[in-house]
Amino acid sequence: MNQKAPIEEQIDLPFLESLRISFQSLKIRFGRSIITTAGITLGIAFLVSVWTNNEIEFALQESGRSTDITSIDETSEQGISTKDIWLIIMSLIVCVVGIANSMLMAVTERFREIGTMKCLGALDGFVVRLFLLESGFQGFAGALIGALIGTLGAITLGLKNYGLDLFFYFPLLPARPENGPMQVGVLLLILIGCVLGMILAVIGSSFPAWRAAKLPPAEAMRTEV
Amino acid sequence: MPDIVVKTEDVVKEYRMGSNVLRALDGINIEIERGEYISLMGPSGSGKSTLFNMIGALDRPTEGEVYIDGQNMSHLSQRQIAAFRCHRVGYIFQSYNLLNVRTAHGNVTLPMIFAGIPEKQRNEKAEKLLDRVGLGDRMYHLPDELSGGQRQRVAIARALANDPSIILADEPTANLDTITGREIIDLIKQLNTEQGVTVISATHDLKMLDVSDRIVDIRDGLVERIRNRDEIEIQVGEVGGHE
Ligand SMILES: Nc1ncnc2c1ncn2[C@@H]1O[C@H](COP(=O)(O)OP(=O)(O)OP(=O)(O)O)[C@@H](O)[C@H]1O
Ligand SMILES: [Mg+2]
Repeated sequence: MNQKAPIEEQIDLPFLESLRISFQSLKIRFGRSIITTAGITLGIAFLVSVWTNNEIEFALQESGRSTDITSIDETSEQGISTKDIWLIIMSLIVCVVGIANSMLMAVTERFREIGTMKCLGALDGFVVRLFLLESGFQGFAGALIGALIGTLGAITLGLKNYGLDLFFYFPLLPARPENGPMQVGVLLLILIGCVLGMILAVIGSSFPAWRAAKLPPAEAMRTEV
Repeated sequence: MPDIVVKTEDVVKEYRMGSNVLRALDGINIEIERGEYISLMGPSGSGKSTLFNMIGALDRPTEGEVYIDGQNMSHLSQRQIAAFRCHRVGYIFQSYNLLNVRTAHGNVTLPMIFAGIPEKQRNEKAEKLLDRVGLGDRMYHLPDELSGGQRQRVAIARALANDPSIILADEPTANLDTITGREIIDLIKQLNTEQGVTVISATHDLKMLDVSDRIVDIRDGLVERIRNRDEIEIQVGEVGGHE
């Protein structure tokens, strides 16, 4: 076929085609995808539950209902303890590291696949887009489930500590009390959890995928996991 | 004048590992004519796969030039290299390198997706190719559900998807038993004779000898000698006795 013709430029794939390939890949690798997604779910659930719990405690202290032991000695004048802030920061770190790690693992075991796709004519950009799409879906789904689990967890704990009073003072919406830090509110927290999980998953997957796509295919295909 | 498809000029490939430099190719000069069936032979570690990667634009030489269809490969843009891999070459590997997330049919359509071929057309072509390699009844199976020989057939069908002018095969029979290996070799040879596809195959497999037009013996990153078909025939007789 057209042997002597000069070599053309490779075309870009239509977006829908990339979308289809990424869905197909997620579907067939369902079991594997679930494990990676579970990593995201856990990270976000941990973060959201710690943070929501914190907001609930603050809201109920504000209302003067808080009588449990932890709040007596730990709570500072501002109504939020440094211990709580540390807990949130720690859970954020655990969440970032956990998600980045599970995405990195998921991409590393697919280096060979990336090299093979490049042999068949894939552009680097296509490889990155494929991982971006896959991890975007995974990240959003995993984070949404995680955020809901985290919220439910915090509510359960709140019910145990404060009983039904919890619902009278429930910090659903953002608030700005005079004597304390900004209250984000549970609704916004769920949203933050979803967006954060998705961003972390996308970065954690696209960055190694981009690096693998830059490799010559021979090298990408050499990696055995 | 012979029609040269592949030409390498003093191709050198060095691998750096820390302070060590390993010279896997030490100045390779070969010319391959259109329609030839070439076998690269040589002991393990002699540089066959490395040369395979240079000719197939799967890696860049440290020094020297590779010309395909008269085009200097080092002058191509990213997009041209992708198009080259997509349209001009069909790759076949020892370990098949199928995408495990796609069915046999899905593997064969992928290069056609990259080439922008409409869905209906590529589906029909994939069916035709799979039929041709004898997998008409296994089209929608995943690679995990296929035997080694069947997987290699899928890889061959996939390599043919965009009607390449060159088939590059790196030890295509190394993971297969003698009979299955023989079938795969016959299939590749058939493409060579019927469609005039140039075949370049790295191999240890002595069964490859009697289908090759020429054999390039590689040793320590150098071309040791090039044998023609008539010089080969005698030796196949000897080899046959051992099998
Ligand atoms: N990516 C790499 N990094 C470092 N060294 C490499 C790399 N690839 C190949 N080599 C070395 O280059 C030499 C040639 O390797 P190559 O894979 O080309 O041999 P081969 O002839 O294909 O052998 P085999 O028959 O075992 O497949 C070997 O010494 C090998 O260790
Ligand atoms: Mg090899």
